[in-house]
Amino acid sequence: MDSSAIRSRLAGAEGRLFWRSLGELSDTPQFREYLHREFPEQASQWNNPKGRREFLKLMSASLALAGVGACVKQPEERIVPYVRQPEEMVPGRPLFFATAIPFGGVAAPVLVESHEGHPTKVEGNPQHPAALGGSDIFAQASILTLYDPDRLQSIRFRSEVRGWGDFFSAMKGQLGAQRPRQGAGLRFLTERLTSASAAEQIATIKQAYPQAKWHVWDPTAKAAGAPSATYDFTKADVVVTLDADFLTGGPAAIRYTRDFAGRRRAAADAEAAEAAEHVMNRLYAIESTPTLTGAKADHRLPLRASEIAAAAQALSGGNGSGTFSNSAAQAFIAAAAKDLQAHRGRSLVVAGDYQPAAVHAIARQMNEALGNVGVTVTYGPSVDINAGDHAASLRELTQAMHSGQVDLLVILGGNPVFTAPADLHFDVALTKVALSVSLSMFPDETAFVTHWNVPEAHPLESWGDARAFDGTVTVMQPLIAPLYDGKTLQEVLAVFIDAQTGKNAHDLVKEFWTRAYAGTVPGWTFTDPTGQPFKSADSFWRHVLHDGWITGTAAAENGGRRAEGGNVATSDAVASTSAQAPAIAPGPSSALPPPSSSGLEIIFRPDPMIWDGRFANNGWLQELPKPFTKITWDPTAWMSANLAKEKGLIDGDLVELRYRGNTAKLPVAVVPGHPEQSVTVFYGYGRQVTGRVGSSADATAREFDVYKLRTSDALHFGTGLEIAKVGRYLLARTQEHHLMEDRHPVRIATVEEYRKDPEVIARFGERPPRTLTMIPDWDYSQHYKWGLSIDLTSCTGCNTCTIACQSENNIPVVGKEQVDNGREMHWIRVDHYYEGTPEDANSIKTHHQPVPCMQCEKAPCELVCPVGATTHSAEGLNDMVYNRCVGTRYCSNNCPYKVRRFNFLLFQDWETPSLEPLRNPDVTVRSRGVMEKCTYCVQRINLARIDAKREDREIRDGEIVPACASACPADAIVFGNLNDPNARVSKLAARERTYGLLEELNTRPRTTYMAELRNPNPELS
Amino acid sequence: MSQVFHRSTNIWSKVSIVLGLAFVTFLAWIVVSLSWSGYVTGQSVTVDQPVQFSHAHHVGSMGIDCRYCHTTVEESPFANIPPTKTCMNCHSQIWTSAPILEPVRASFRDNTPLRWTRVHDLPDFVYFNHSIHVAKGVGCVTCHGRVDRMPLMLQENSLQMSWCLNCHRNPDQYIRPRDQVFSMTYERPANDPDFGKRLVTEYKIADVKQLTSCSTCHR
Amino acid sequence: MINPKPATYEPAPLIEPGHTFGSITDKIGGVVLTTKQPLSWIIVVSIGFMIMGMLGMAVTWLLLKGTGIWGVNIPVGWGFAIINFVWWIGIGHAGTLISAILLLLKQGWRTSINRFAEGMTIFAVMCAGLFPLIHTGRPWLAAYWLFPYPNSMSIWPQFRSPLIWDVFAVSTYFTVSLLFWYVGLIPDLATLRDKAKLKPVKVAYGMLALGWRGSARHWQRYEHIYLLLAGLSTPLVLSVHTVVSFDFSIGIIPGWHATIFPPYFVAGAIYAGFAMVLTLAIPLRKVYGMEDFITMRHLENMGKVTLLTGMIVGYGYISEAFFGWYSANKYEGFMILNRMFGPYWYMYWTLIFCNIITPQALWFRKVRTTPMGLFAVAMIVNVGMWLERFVIVVTSLHRDFLPSSWGMYYGTVWDWMTFIGTIGMFVTFFFLFVRFLPMISIFEMRTMAPAAKMKESEGH
Repeated sequence: MDSSAIRSRLAGAEGRLFWRSLGELSDTPQFREYLHREFPEQASQWNNPKGRREFLKLMSASLALAGVGACVKQPEERIVPYVRQPEEMVPGRPLFFATAIPFGGVAAPVLVESHEGHPTKVEGNPQHPAALGGSDIFAQASILTLYDPDRLQSIRFRSEVRGWGDFFSAMKGQLGAQRPRQGAGLRFLTERLTSASAAEQIATIKQAYPQAKWHVWDPTAKAAGAPSATYDFTKADVVVTLDADFLTGGPAAIRYTRDFAGRRRAAADAEAAEAAEHVMNRLYAIESTPTLTGAKADHRLPLRASEIAAAAQALSGGNGSGTFSNSAAQAFIAAAAKDLQAHRGRSLVVAGDYQPAAVHAIARQMNEALGNVGVTVTYGPSVDINAGDHAASLRELTQAMHSGQVDLLVILGGNPVFTAPADLHFDVALTKVALSVSLSMFPDETAFVTHWNVPEAHPLESWGDARAFDGTVTVMQPLIAPLYDGKTLQEVLAVFIDAQTGKNAHDLVKEFWTRAYAGTVPGWTFTDPTGQPFKSADSFWRHVLHDGWITGTAAAENGGRRAEGGNVATSDAVASTSAQAPAIAPGPSSALPPPSSSGLEIIFRPDPMIWDGRFANNGWLQELPKPFTKITWDPTAWMSANLAKEKGLIDGDLVELRYRGNTAKLPVAVVPGHPEQSVTVFYGYGRQVTGRVGSSADATAREFDVYKLRTSDALHFGTGLEIAKVGRYLLARTQEHHLMEDRHPVRIATVEEYRKDPEVIARFGERPPRTLTMIPDWDYSQHYKWGLSIDLTSCTGCNTCTIACQSENNIPVVGKEQVDNGREMHWIRVDHYYEGTPEDANSIKTHHQPVPCMQCEKAPCELVCPVGATTHSAEGLNDMVYNRCVGTRYCSNNCPYKVRRFNFLLFQDWETPSLEPLRNPDVTVRSRGVMEKCTYCVQRINLARIDAKREDREIRDGEIVPACASACPADAIVFGNLNDPNARVSKLAARERTYGLLEELNTRPRTTYMAELRNPNPELS
Repeated sequence: MSQVFHRSTNIWSKVSIVLGLAFVTFLAWIVVSLSWSGYVTGQSVTVDQPVQFSHAHHVGSMGIDCRYCHTTVEESPFANIPPTKTCMNCHSQIWTSAPILEPVRASFRDNTPLRWTRVHDLPDFVYFNHSIHVAKGVGCVTCHGRVDRMPLMLQENSLQMSWCLNCHRNPDQYIRPRDQVFSMTYERPANDPDFGKRLVTEYKIADVKQLTSCSTCHR
Repeated sequence: MINPKPATYEPAPLIEPGHTFGSITDKIGGVVLTTKQPLSWIIVVSIGFMIMGMLGMAVTWLLLKGTGIWGVNIPVGWGFAIINFVWWIGIGHAGTLISAILLLLKQGWRTSINRFAEGMTIFAVMCAGLFPLIHTGRPWLAAYWLFPYPNSMSIWPQFRSPLIWDVFAVSTYFTVSLLFWYVGLIPDLATLRDKAKLKPVKVAYGMLALGWRGSARHWQRYEHIYLLLAGLSTPLVLSVHTVVSFDFSIGIIPGWHATIFPPYFVAGAIYAGFAMVLTLAIPLRKVYGMEDFITMRHLENMGKVTLLTGMIVGYGYISEAFFGWYSANKYEGFMILNRMFGPYWYMYWTLIFCNIITPQALWFRKVRTTPMGLFAVAMIVNVGMWLERFVIVVTSLHRDFLPSSWGMYYGTVWDWMTFIGTIGMFVTFFFLFVRFLPMISIFEMRTMAPAAKMKESEGH
């Protein structure tokens, strides 16, 4: 659709309503019209505003389709060679570059695949200590944001297009006015930052303008005064979490998942002999909102968020256990405490980011008492260059704004107008600022009301640097020139520094780090991986760009973190807490919140997919099924079955939430395992201004903004919530039924049971004799025999495989209505099952199971296709030939695993030009009317086979890694050649805990599962 | 009662049966032959190019090796169309003012690529890989014909699936020694029936089952 | 096929007394040759035609937009399209059965109903034939890729797939039925040619009559070819629906994967077919005053056949339920319970009511001999047979092996428009046939006339 027209329409609306507050604005007809036009799903099929164009488009599309395979002339195509071909470039073969995708300021280290100069796929950086090859949904999905046609496309002043020069001179003018006042009216607002070069820039600015202040706001920032810790799960035998979700939500989770899951797998597969030194770690989760970490736990104790502190005290041996009426909790905490004592120095207590500093303090005291510090946990200053009390920092800023002290406010990233706590009235305060600047990737709520909008460069377009969660310095290099003349944070900061006038991001970053190399920046000493000093600054820089990170800069190994002198730049308010961050900060925030007395508890959490709302316009994340509920496209209010019954609510009821005089609406989702008398709400939805995907579909969806309920004094939970049903709301889920119906798709045993009798897994189902089939046998002995092993003991259900697959295989987004019709296109889905009675939250056990195509050796799909569009390959794959498929859907009906996906409509976006470079050129872009499914990434198999054959050798084990396997942070997915006895996959397939899904059907799946082993505490079971 | 039809109707009705059948057959023949024709496949159809580049001259008379321009043919799926730079390597020295080469010079001057028209254009759902074919002894000539005799490039073969399968089903009849791959004039030994078979084993060429698996070309 | 008639009552005659060759010809031929039609005909045809237009609309939108306008999804990949296909094909069975099998069995009572029963078959198969094509994602390719022909891809269709068998089974069935029907028409066409007043009408029927003069040689060849075709189409009656049933029984889905399908489907088809013949015959004989030719005897016999086949179908349902329990297979067991008590329970029980309970009324001679009663039963059975296909297709698919992929299916407005549209198409074609061709075989009725008893005895 014509986005530029809409943008201009929006601009018009903006011009007229410039000084109004967003609330009013969103109710103006223009705005509603804009939202409706922006949202394709709104258009019904017949009476369609753009019906005619639709009609023509479909017409042309169908003709184009008719062309495929039929005897119709191909359109004439052009070949456009280079004029001067770059050295390293081999047309037709991809290149990989190491860079990083910052998330909450922290670097997620990645390798990016680039075809003829356009990035197409993000992979984890296998060498980087913080990734070890793994990645997460946010890193994977970032590639879609890069090509998002709705990004802010030009510098604007009061919605008029301006140039960088105009902005530059405007700022210089302001600075001229500020210099005599020492920058008293100058304020910067950023998100969490870890960039050392940016830190130095801000320091420089503060030297020039001592009165200027730097504030920080990230709605998901951990509680003020909480110490920053890095964990080593490889050494932890017993882990107790206090409302902590260390397996998801941020780059740290990638490495943590790898370590935690690695331990589990090692123990599960340990031979009897070495069983002794491979103890399976045991995880106790004491948590409020159900998380994937809790789902993985051997024991889970659901408590209200406000009860966690008491539980922590009880755990630490202090009194407080008395506060728990239910005996289950008593027993749980007692057993956990005992287990911790029994594993001194090999245990770990992890406090949740959203729990107050006091809980962190207790956790730290326990870790110190248990002798875990330095072994399983390291405490140190935060990697943030501006750590501290975000709420306080933002409060100070808004007070200044209200009182008109702010002449120039520079908002660098983030979307405070949308995400600021309701009680601060940031949007109103902003109208009192003489001149406001925002740096943002999208025309979001903040850009909507700030005077200057500067388009932010996407990480894949940027030069920059950031620290990994462990402190490792990670350098970002661009894969492509900024598509919409975006600027990086460093470039905007440079405007305020005379010395850096006219320097671009590359100069700034390279210059800083070469100086650091030269030793002129205090605290840095660099050595190459071998420990030797680099030959020259040049070789240093090339090495850094090649690897993407600097060896030995992790906090544990190097004083670097402490030394880079970033903290000087934090604003006074921030400095006060950040200075003493390592210690347990006293002060108001550290007092134990009173145990909740009356009313419901409300728990605030970022949306698991679109986070604080920043990914609202990312279709991949919007359509990614949320944990447990498997709901797409919408937020929900989670509550226990009992509370729902008490309030007379069922799934899909729309409730009004009243909390501290504010109201918002959310649809209800009943989540077994949720603590009683407590409701979890997810912020990030209810966006007013963003792209065509993220803008709320209708008036109802615009009321999903629970930031309106959030107050700066209790950011993460509080009591006194009231809920009342006000209607129904359609929720689109990818999975309706969450019970296993005694079919055992997931086979579960305890590690003891399994070690005692490995056959316990096989006994879950029956293995019919191999001869019992009518489909003729194939001889695979002469070929590779591809197989995929999925370890349910390691899998955490994080969904990264799904989105990696979507990115690698050009899988379309279908939209809410189609998901509701059961037409989602994910090639690998993550099934979710629970055991236990919903009424008893303690009894709930959750299991996850990724399901790709099984590539059956006796495939039911193959023999029913009338045109042979799905056939058996020599290597045993069920090839799916899109161009031969006529779309009878018989194969899907006959697939017992229902892993086939059908293009019921033209799901691929053939119109948006900016999405073309996103697509993987090695995979056919499917059109309407054809079936598709997981291929084991056959494009990667073919590439490897061809390379191997060219060199007259066999494909090495591990040479081929499908997208799902390479993305998996838990390393749960292993691919390889089952004919090679030494291949990792063959060894896994030989394990007793390996089983085939529905193997009683004798389909002989090549995809096999390794049973889920748990390690419960005998005292509790 | 009166006759409705003239006697001759008997003849006509009989004849019409034959004619009708003939007509249907004719239509079928038209459709089939059209779908195999050069009009659809582009076989032996010359297309006009921004520059009248002659392989006959460069390969035939000058004897330039294929790989001088098509540099990536041995390592990449795509044989590479040479950048303007490659043309200018020579043409900055010779024919520096030939009007026919003006587009090339222009391209080099103002850094705008030449826009060639594709001659060998497979559908987008077919993934052909030059490097493996070259590595396994499929000569350039086998698919592209005697380009050294083509003043203007044209598509020698139909490039239809059936044509591909001819070779994928019995490669031994088409492949040649690796050192002859880029030769324009190579002739296979006439009186050696299992010459091809020996090469197949020597070059470890995959068996037919593998070569004709759908995913070998379609993904 | 036909019950031994009890001594107690004398069945109605096959043709009411007092008819001569002439009167028969005038009565039947009159309908065609007269210029004016009863108002009811005009109304029915115009309504039918409008509904047919709706079909056109639905199919056009389908081709432009894609299968997604229907309710089909994953897991339920087949919906109304296949249900309607099987339903229509089933209806298409009675015609050939009546014409061929009853002919070979020398059932005289077939004579007055075979003509329009065959017509019904042709049109039903036309409606059915529409669906396998348009239900595919890319009909413009499916139209010819399903046929084996030497192509530039040098690959063939996948002959192991029941859908390919369908293509051949259905197209053969259609061709043979059409031939059978046409051959049967030739003598009557000649009669019409001779009776017609207007030149163009004469010419039209004349062409179709292929110069039939009714000479002994003509009659002798006619008898041969007609018997031959009868023999040819007899196995088809059984084969077609057997093959259609393979579409399901070849699949591994519980509820599909059953050995009873072929007989069960064939019986169901004949059941549905006779129900439809009754549905058409009863109004027809009223409107055109054909009570003399389509007598109570015919209706009663058809009622009996309906009852019999209904019982066989009922047996099918019972055995399905039995296997569900006896197989001791958790998937089979769940499937049958899910049919009875799952989200689609109402479909299943309505089906049981329509197809098993209702026909029991036919045990009573009173019902068999009251047109309204028969008509009511027939209508209910028509509905029931559609529900049967719904239950087989949808309730088997929507909850198969993995609970995680369970889903629901609902037809959209486009599904309904297409379904009802084909009914419109059927009605339109059928009534056009009634208007332009003799709905009852004139010359065969002649053989029924008292004056022809001699011929009868020599006859076939």
